[in-house]
Amino acid sequence: MKALKLTGLLATTGLALALAAPAAAQQQKLVIESWRNDDLAIWQEKIIPAFNKAHPNITVEFSPTAPKDYNAALNAKLASGTAGDIITCRPFDASLGLFQKGYLTPLSDLKGIENFPDTAKVAWTTDDGKTTFCLPMASVIHGFIYNADAFQELGIQPPKTESEFFAALEKIRADGRYTPLAMGTSEQWEAATMGFQNVGPNYWQGEAGRTKLIKGQAKLTDAEYVKTFEQIAKWKPYLPKGFEAQTYADSQNMFTLGRAAIYPAGSWEIALFNQQADFKMGAFLPPKPDNAQECYISDHTDIGMGINKASKNQDAARTFLEWAATKEFAEIYANELPGFFSLSKHEVALKDPLAQEFVNWRKQCKSTIRNSYQILSRGEPNLENEMWATSARVVSGTLSPQDAAKQLQAGLDKWYKPAP
Amino acid sequence: MTGREDGAAAAAAPAAIPAAPLARRRRTRWHIAVFLAPATLIYSVFMIYPLLDSLWMSFFRGTPEGGAVFVGLRNHITLLTDELWAGQFFNALKNNLMFFAIHMLVQNPIGILLAALLSTRRLRFRGAYRTLLFLPTMLSVVVVGFIWQLILSPVWGVAESMLSAVGLGDLFQPYLGREGSALITLSLISVWQYIGIPMLLIYAALLAIPDDLIDAAAVEGATGWDIFWKIKLPLVMPTIGTVSVLTFVGNFNAFDLIYATQGALAGPNFSTDLLGTFFYRTFFGNQLQLGDPYMGATVATGMFAVILLGILVYLTQIRPRIQTYEL
Repeated sequence: MKALKLTGLLATTGLALALAAPAAAQQQKLVIESWRNDDLAIWQEKIIPAFNKAHPNITVEFSPTAPKDYNAALNAKLASGTAGDIITCRPFDASLGLFQKGYLTPLSDLKGIENFPDTAKVAWTTDDGKTTFCLPMASVIHGFIYNADAFQELGIQPPKTESEFFAALEKIRADGRYTPLAMGTSEQWEAATMGFQNVGPNYWQGEAGRTKLIKGQAKLTDAEYVKTFEQIAKWKPYLPKGFEAQTYADSQNMFTLGRAAIYPAGSWEIALFNQQADFKMGAFLPPKPDNAQECYISDHTDIGMGINKASKNQDAARTFLEWAATKEFAEIYANELPGFFSLSKHEVALKDPLAQEFVNWRKQCKSTIRNSYQILSRGEPNLENEMWATSARVVSGTLSPQDAAKQLQAGLDKWYKPAP
Repeated sequence: MTGREDGAAAAAAPAAIPAAPLARRRRTRWHIAVFLAPATLIYSVFMIYPLLDSLWMSFFRGTPEGGAVFVGLRNHITLLTDELWAGQFFNALKNNLMFFAIHMLVQNPIGILLAALLSTRRLRFRGAYRTLLFLPTMLSVVVVGFIWQLILSPVWGVAESMLSAVGLGDLFQPYLGREGSALITLSLISVWQYIGIPMLLIYAALLAIPDDLIDAAAVEGATGWDIFWKIKLPLVMPTIGTVSVLTFVGNFNAFDLIYATQGALAGPNFSTDLLGTFFYRTFFGNQLQLGDPYMGATVATGMFAVILLGILVYLTQIRPRIQTYEL
């Protein structure tokens, strides 16, 4: 009796295996590792179905991890060989490190990679410029989002220069109905990212200043960096009461509830703000120093995609990335995730007016990326961490702009020797 | 089970058959190994091996290609002498000592007080109080961190309006955001959460005191105050010792509350950085800082040394002085 059952079981299993085998050969499955858990629905409902129209035999699963756990989780998964086939790449060293350890497939010869300018590829290319290991996907642009209804109510025009900016802030504060600037320093990164890196490029003249720092021709104690700190030090009187303990989510909610007039922003906020705010919003450029001619924006390479070298589905993964380099993908992505701008050369029309406003700045101003990202955050102390801590202290008035600049440069001097 | 053991014993000592009593005695000792085996095995695989492995790892340094080279004590020397590393390490150690001191000064005395109140004979709703006081301990730290962050939030929090209602509105500060108050605030949040543990342990010890002792003291004319200080407290002293050790180990491994409320950079300006958050940042990295498992293991070794030292001080200096009474 028992033996009979066992034979039956074996037969069934064998049959199931025989049936499953040919299907498995045709149907390939890709798993995408990502930190963009906010985008899960868009991947499942828009991007993957669009891909499957052209490639029905490749199943794609988008499998995100919480942003702050992503790097640690990904490293652990890659080391243990359990990571997905496609890896969403953080810009610069985090991904470069993965490539050097042999976790990522080189993509210099990927079909369609020629659709991306070098300024986009730099975030995922080796220092010698020879090998690109991730496909550039999206950038985010810094600026200020404002409550257009509040501006109208108070009779304020979006400011263009630094003095107009502070005049506007002063006017909002005097009126008292709105908090002028919605930002806190509790999580520290807002002060550095939405403060320092947002307004700074105008002072250090974008790429020129950024590359000078890397070449060692400029120091963080130079006037342009002290001036950047001085500008954010002046924000304090316009921040909400108790901003020292105000978290990032607090600031977002404060603005979308209509309690604040201006939000120092990154374009990634657009989707959430559109959803939550029931007032008209606009955006203005980081205010220029009063005598400046040119304007500069932080147009930061933020997301790329690469292939896990250990993946068994290299061909399918390549097919997916080739599709991700097409105009079709750029259009879906940029429109479904307003605020994440395609890095490709394809001309993409955006339906979202706020996102369009941000992306129009690319035509008026010169783009640069955050100056702490390439090479300069490689050593200890980590420049990015130091920028978070010092910027938060400068904004809350516990560190002077000069001392902050000195601390950053001293930290950099400890380990960084620019190539002669 | 038994059959196999008998067989094994017989096979092991075939020559000893004539000396039956000896063989029997020896055979009975097998159960010691059998009963110890599961715990020893699990403890070795999941605690001792990882601990030793992590200590061993701290003697290496990573190479860009992903390999590792043996560097001896260089990592440990870096951690303790390099201005940058030592600065962070001793800052975290100092904060951790402060965190521990607040727990010892606030959590344990209040725990004793609550236990004493709970064990008074005429208390009604004892079970309800006990459950309510123990409840926060069972909540996830992330939940506790989030709740308190909301309570203390300068934007939505109820703390400010509650203080204002009793005329103390001026006292309200963004406590979690100021360098001077953030660590103390977080320590008190942790005390609030874990108060149930000393309370329950000491409560159990208080219940174990025989009633005749108390009755005898009362007959002799001792007041409730005397009974507490001269009879109950000395009798629960060993439990208080145990609670202190648990607090010590827990505090020096603390990480989650700080990470949940302040992030891995333990702001503002590292004023809430504990050894646990320092370790996390080193091992796993943060934003652009890449994780360094070897320096991370070195920090972990440092934490282990601190905890080991603390336990040794307790075992050799403090515990021998705590008198235990046979009841």
